[in-house]
Amino acid sequence: MAERYSVWSLLKHAMGGHKGWERAWRDPEPKKHYDVVIIGGGGHGLATAYYLAKNHGIRNIAVVEKGYIGSGNVGRNTTIVRSNYMLRDNTPFYEHSLELWRGLSEELNYNVMFSPRGYLFAANSQTSLDGWVRRANIMRLNGIRAEILSREGMMKEAPYLDYSDNARFLIYGGALLPDAGTARHDAVAWGYARAADQLGVHIVQNCEVLEYLWSGDRVVGVKTTRGDIGAGKVAAAVAGHTSVLAQKAGLRLPIESHVLQAFVSESIKPVVHHVVVWSATYFYVSQSDKGGLVFGGHIDRYNSYAQRGNLPNIAETTQGLVGLIPFAARLRLLRHWGGIMDMTPDGSPIITTTPVPGFYLNGGWCYGGFKATPASGWCFAHTIANDAPHAYNAGYTMDRFAKGRYIDEAGTGPYNHLQ
Amino acid sequence: MLRIHCPYCGVRGHDEFSYFGDATKTYPPLDAEHHDAWVEAVYMRNNPKGEHVEFWQHTLACRRWLAVRRNTVTHDILAVMPARERPVA
Repeated sequence: MAERYSVWSLLKHAMGGHKGWERAWRDPEPKKHYDVVIIGGGGHGLATAYYLAKNHGIRNIAVVEKGYIGSGNVGRNTTIVRSNYMLRDNTPFYEHSLELWRGLSEELNYNVMFSPRGYLFAANSQTSLDGWVRRANIMRLNGIRAEILSREGMMKEAPYLDYSDNARFLIYGGALLPDAGTARHDAVAWGYARAADQLGVHIVQNCEVLEYLWSGDRVVGVKTTRGDIGAGKVAAAVAGHTSVLAQKAGLRLPIESHVLQAFVSESIKPVVHHVVVWSATYFYVSQSDKGGLVFGGHIDRYNSYAQRGNLPNIAETTQGLVGLIPFAARLRLLRHWGGIMDMTPDGSPIITTTPVPGFYLNGGWCYGGFKATPASGWCFAHTIANDAPHAYNAGYTMDRFAKGRYIDEAGTGPYNHLQ
Repeated sequence: MLRIHCPYCGVRGHDEFSYFGDATKTYPPLDAEHHDAWVEAVYMRNNPKGEHVEFWQHTLACRRWLAVRRNTVTHDILAVMPARERPVA
């Protein structure tokens, strides 16, 4: 049993010059067979393994990851955690996620630095504000805290935004969701990996799945770059590459892969105290504990599997930053990166059993995978263990498009690249 | 920036264009019998990791619709043609 992290273990190792720390999780050779093989060692895959072991007593599990833990989308997002949904199929799921976030550091014995600092939406038109009044009222009827702010209220919450006469877009008012915030994304991956490992899960890195092993029409394992691995059940949580792995199982999906960029500025003193979101250009920013402004905008809007973005989108996103927070024009951009998003036609994910026996699917996260990590793993584990979805993810099916049961919060029509 | 060679205007940056996705779809007759074919046409995507044929409209110039064959990993543009000359499966 691995050592529990605490102030006592910290003091003990401080005495020894911090030379005695064990590695956070093992690095096992893959076995010939597991009860469940999870493809994808990102946040969702690791969380799925953790909750399968913890809640469902299935401990003979491997998580196979083609790179290393933390190299994919779990480390490529803007770390925002929120639950601001209004449709029936979304609200309970994201509320459950937020509930899990609140206790996650204690649960995993790993500080994920969950910081519910509040999500502040700046409305740039009366229409945008009216939309948020509607959304906030629906959320409040569902028991989720949300507040509508006047222009003066916004000035009080975030005095550094552009309220001047020179502003390209006036701030009409806004909305404040006090329960939303950020978490340290790497720590989420590492925390789930360590906690799953302690429950007996094998985390197999540098192990790419090439195709499936079949017995008749049933998936019974995976062929990988580190040999064949048999499995009672195979579950894919590989958002970005869901189409690639689902097609090998013979499934057709309503998903397009697009690149989404994220940006970090140089460090400055604490000034942005919330996650701030702006409707004028679709822009979101928060400030990390190191002081950098972490921000992002739209996807690059053409199909891509390249984990890098284009310059016009950098220009558009930074225009959003400067339009909202004029002093940011003097900051230097420290780094930026791209991640591959599964874009679905309604903007909502898929967590489901599939028509292929022995194969389970979790994907289609669009922009919103990080915040969903705990509930996604929790629900996917339930779906795998019981061969049926939990009530929280019952709407996230593959056939909802054929049946007309879209979960389209954005209401932009069946266009993946517009979600 | 992708540089798209518009057959009408020459080589232009992709920020002059609007993207409209998969150009390989064909649409079935408008009747209830073809429900599954409509689901396939409207929602399902091959989403290839590699060559992809896609619609771009030259919105800020000639406004013509183009079909572009492009690699989704390298972003290399392999061919550009007027939309109506695209290969249809």
